[in-house]
Amino acid sequence: MEFNVNIFLPELFQLAIVLALFLLSVSPSMKSSAKSAPFSARTAWLPLAACAGLVAAAFSLGAHGTILGEAYQVDALSQFFKFAVALGFAIAVLNASSQPTLEPEKRADYFLLLSLSALGLMCLASAVELITIYLALELSSYSLYALIPLRSREPRAAEAGIKYILFGATATALSLFGLAYILASQHSSYLAALTASPWSWAEAPIGIIGLTLFMAGFFYKLALFPFHFWAPDVYDGASNETAAYAATLPKLGAVVVLIRLAAMLKPGLQVTTVLAILGAVSMTFGNLAALTQQDIKRMLGYSSVAHAGYIMVGLVAASASGLAAAGFYSLIYVLMNLTCFWVICRLSTDGRNLKLNDLDGLYRRAPFLAFVLAVAALALVGLPPTAGFMGKLFLLSAAWNRGYDWLVVVAALNTAISIYYYLNLIRHAYTVEADGETAAPPPDGALWGGVLAGLLLVLGAVPAPVFRWAEAAGRQLMP
Amino acid sequence: MSDWPTLTALVFFPVAACLVLPFIRGDRAIRIVSLVMGVVELLLALPLLRFNLSVPGYQFQELVAWVPEWGLHYHLGMDGISLLMVLLTVLLLPLCVLCSWSYISRRVKEFHFSLMLMTSACVGVFVALDFVLFYIFWEAMLVPMFLLIAVWGGPERRYASLKFFLYTLAGSTLLLVAMVAFYLAGGTFSIPELSARTYPFGFQCWTFLAMAFAFAIKVPMFPFHTWLPAAHVEAPTAGSVLLASVLLKMGAYGFLRFCLPLTPAASVYFAPLMIAISIASILYGGFVALGQHDMKKLIAYSSVAHMGFVTLGIFIFTLRGLEGALMVMLNHGITTGALFMLVGCIYERSHSREIGKNLGLGKYLPAYMGFFGLFALSSLGFPGTNSFVGEALVLIGVFAQKPWLGAVAIPGVLLSAAYMLRLGQKLAWGEPTQARAYKDLNVREWVYFAPLAVLVIYIGLAPGLTLRAMDPTLTRVLNDFRERSVVAAAPAKTAASSLESVLAPRAALQPSAAAPTLPR
Repeated sequence: MEFNVNIFLPELFQLAIVLALFLLSVSPSMKSSAKSAPFSARTAWLPLAACAGLVAAAFSLGAHGTILGEAYQVDALSQFFKFAVALGFAIAVLNASSQPTLEPEKRADYFLLLSLSALGLMCLASAVELITIYLALELSSYSLYALIPLRSREPRAAEAGIKYILFGATATALSLFGLAYILASQHSSYLAALTASPWSWAEAPIGIIGLTLFMAGFFYKLALFPFHFWAPDVYDGASNETAAYAATLPKLGAVVVLIRLAAMLKPGLQVTTVLAILGAVSMTFGNLAALTQQDIKRMLGYSSVAHAGYIMVGLVAASASGLAAAGFYSLIYVLMNLTCFWVICRLSTDGRNLKLNDLDGLYRRAPFLAFVLAVAALALVGLPPTAGFMGKLFLLSAAWNRGYDWLVVVAALNTAISIYYYLNLIRHAYTVEADGETAAPPPDGALWGGVLAGLLLVLGAVPAPVFRWAEAAGRQLMP
Repeated sequence: MSDWPTLTALVFFPVAACLVLPFIRGDRAIRIVSLVMGVVELLLALPLLRFNLSVPGYQFQELVAWVPEWGLHYHLGMDGISLLMVLLTVLLLPLCVLCSWSYISRRVKEFHFSLMLMTSACVGVFVALDFVLFYIFWEAMLVPMFLLIAVWGGPERRYASLKFFLYTLAGSTLLLVAMVAFYLAGGTFSIPELSARTYPFGFQCWTFLAMAFAFAIKVPMFPFHTWLPAAHVEAPTAGSVLLASVLLKMGAYGFLRFCLPLTPAASVYFAPLMIAISIASILYGGFVALGQHDMKKLIAYSSVAHMGFVTLGIFIFTLRGLEGALMVMLNHGITTGALFMLVGCIYERSHSREIGKNLGLGKYLPAYMGFFGLFALSSLGFPGTNSFVGEALVLIGVFAQKPWLGAVAIPGVLLSAAYMLRLGQKLAWGEPTQARAYKDLNVREWVYFAPLAVLVIYIGLAPGLTLRAMDPTLTRVLNDFRERSVVAAAPAKTAASSLESVLAPRAALQPSAAAPTLPR
């Protein structure tokens, strides 16, 4: 058997990072010389390594092949998402590298869990067999369960951790239960074989129930209504940096699996209609709930519920362009959310949760960060000229005339609802003066924030190159 | 010179100018640089002199593939309609910088930043020939305008700016849906190509309603106008000027560019509705303006009335009506912009926009009142001024089609005379309260009123050149419209008679159907 290392270069690289961090976290010098060696220096190489991982992922963008007995498929879709995960991971690591609520001696463990979770997501992108998918999902989830409570001086973090685990365990149980039903009804756990099976209520009722339950596990990751209850609380309780990660990357993993599953469905099937309804409810509920939030992270939590709904628009289209649009939008979503969190993390120098009022007068304290925040907020609304608009445009165009026109209209109207709370970010940052003297945040974060905002603007102006990858991925699933 | 990208330069020069602003220190320096940039932008419009007045199609076209997978193109072009609007926009930029010279005293850099971005987006809206590009510029202008109101506005700025933003965005979300629908029906985002096709009547109806909702909010037409007075009153002078002179025109421009060519049959079908709310706008705006104490509010409501004439002229579907509509668009831009600048001028002196606190200025500020008199006369459509030409053309068009409709619109003209003369009379000859200490117009103020005054008289006395610029385009639009609305008229009757056949396949669009009947 010919073996090409390029096929799983990104995973290999990520694994190397995990192993290095593992050695670091168990090395005795780490425990004993607590006072002599600054801990932050021990993990200083990590951002660089994460960026190198991005390069590795970019290198293997064109890789194709299957390993592990057809259970692990490397194709355009998986490589697109691995690149997205590597990108998100690099940003998340950069973002978390100066974390005020993390004890120095826990840094290596923290990053170990973070990179392990990212590794799980990368595997998820390539998994094309239900049990493999389940294992990869759990790899990324379990690491995250342990990450959420890692926030010093904050009792709510433990609460958030417990909520996340309990909800997660329930969703996983549902998922496993569904897996059993699918196996029983369709006699295969390979997606390639399942694609050929019938998926209508008349022909395979058990299979439909199983598929719906199996998807529930991913809806949970995606924070889609009605599996969204954890999102605001977990964002609220976890540290800003952890929330940035939990809000973005796991969504990528969920989307990639849902894209693979959606490729089996056709518009008009009952499952597809259920997805469309869940999407519509999710975006409406998320946006309405976000309207009244004062805590920025809770607001973003509900906004993520709404965005999960938007992504559904692409999935129910069940066409190459729809899947491509969903993939493209999830990449953009990761970028814009991380940009938003980047500003929050920079502003919250003591690691507390920010209220909207904390943004008052930001244009004066940190004009550049205020601009970055404005770009991120506008992208989240889906206003041009940001990448958020292009993503939304592709989603809506793909879903139109696929039998779910009402969903497109609901999505468009939701933009009008959502503008209010995103605009609140800009309004507080630009038009409200701060009450007292507030210290300016350290200027070191502005550069990367600018890079992120620039990325959002550039992708808004020239989305074609990135979209082409996404489209190649979509075409390969649905020729 | 032949391959100089005139339109791209016009659209993106202000953005480039924005990039320079952060590196300049000192408010005065920023103002001077912005003024220079504004003048340069005006000079960049000089190549438009080569605009061939006899060509009905698009000129100065620029076409670059953008996202080929989705048929997106960077496509700019200009016809007679956009020419006039672009010239108006570009002319106003330096004037806005000048009229904010002493009015804006804080966050000067950001102010001019917003002003430049606004200009870019506005020019972009008028020259974009790709639907998506149009939409991008259309939305891009929201944020700078929001900031202009929310940062430099009056005491109620939070309410006004949010209302402006939410109203406008709510309208344009449906525009986005219509855009997507047209893409799938026509297979392209290119406006000229989409305009060349004929769509099924049911499809036209829904898309017309979706687009008309967006444009009617922007114009604004009668039930959707409530954001306008709030925004005008709270916005700083330059914001009001841009709002009145350019933003409102985008709605009317949308009707001309999208509704008539893309949905001709539906335009005919809904014309009675549009005409009814146009006349409602004219009369309602006039009556409400009559009762205002705040000068800016008065002018804001007069805008509602004037824009009613524009939509009336458009939906009467005659050449005179369209000419008149475009003339009113242009003239309203000139005259109302100037009136808002005049209010700004007096506000800087008396710190009040109440009519009662600015009485008897005639004796102490003769030059100011002179300009005020000229622009007020122009606003009420006095013969010899620019607005007369526009309103007369609209009325001629209306009378030619339906005399009784013209008769209904005539009181609007009378009302505009009533509220403008009342304002002018009080300002000029009322019992002076505190006007004694005011200084008359200074050189800077002369400089920004003079060009507008010249235009008022020039277009008023010699509208020929302006008409020649718009006529070929409007004739093309109208001929095209007549051809295709007639073709579609036969199925139109059958389809309209059985509403179910229209509703059944498009039931999904239900929300947009509710649009025109939204509570105000």
